[in-house]
Amino acid sequence: MRLNQFIIVCLCCLFMANTASANVIPEMVEGFQAQGASVGDADAGEALWKKKFMVEGKARSCQSCHTLDLTKAGSHIRTGKIIEPMAPSVTLTRFSEVKKVHKWFRRNCKWVLSRECSIQEKVDILLFLQKQ
Amino acid sequence: MTRFILVLIMSVFIAQNVYAADNFLGVPRFKGVEPIKNALYQANCAECHFAYFPGLLPARSWRDLMAPKSLENHFGDNAELDEMDRRMITNFLVNNAADDSHYKRSIKIRRSIADGDVPVRITKVPYIKRKHSEIPDRLIRGNPKVRSLSYCLNCHTQAASKGVFDDDTVFIKGYGEWDD
Repeated sequence: MRLNQFIIVCLCCLFMANTASANVIPEMVEGFQAQGASVGDADAGEALWKKKFMVEGKARSCQSCHTLDLTKAGSHIRTGKIIEPMAPSVTLTRFSEVKKVHKWFRRNCKWVLSRECSIQEKVDILLFLQKQ
Repeated sequence: MTRFILVLIMSVFIAQNVYAADNFLGVPRFKGVEPIKNALYQANCAECHFAYFPGLLPARSWRDLMAPKSLENHFGDNAELDEMDRRMITNFLVNNAADDSHYKRSIKIRRSIADGDVPVRITKVPYIKRKHSEIPDRLIRGNPKVRSLSYCLNCHTQAASKGVFDDDTVFIKGYGEWDD
């Protein structure tokens, strides 16, 4: 009996570890709000997603690599790398790791906006992406 | 006792074979570059490109490439990393770089680079350049299925799995086998 219980607990643990790839957007949005960001606005996020920034004489935006139809795969405008759809409803593994989201915000904001995004901009973008 | 020694010798033999990239009649051959892998390196770098084996460049090149300023402009892209990850990946690359490798290609790579030179592009390493000099540009840059010498895996069919770059393992996409 004792042993059985132990095995069941073990199996449950395994199961939970396996399904731990939940969407981290709500948790991240809360975190940014705790740091002073407002409730946020998905429409503002969409506007920022489409906004063009001139870098080295060429226009760059989020959508130039990720497309505007976020249920479709995009491709990097410079390298041609295929980028899996951003929509969490299509690519289930999207937004499953906080660290990875931070990493790509840092890289892509600097590449497109030539600066880091503010926490408010990140909240807006995350809310926009969450709806896809 | 004899049996013990035999078992011991066999174990050493087997261990060596596992360690070697390839073997010839059971004798290990370190013929390519060490096909060493690292989970953190894969997770952070192979998101965008083939995680080039550390043995393809000398340590000084990896240090230069992996400096925070360099990652900010990584061949035109931003590839910045979490600082702890950056250090750990740099250590992995530096510790397994071409400098101390006993794999054939790594030895040729490091010997081809002049002392003061710090190539940051693998395609600019003299040995790598020389080995590809006979291939017409139309098969590489003019070939939409290959696009650039940087995409090792588009032609080197055993590079990713074994670190082997031999002629007889080359298959140029959109063209076919390559004999020089």
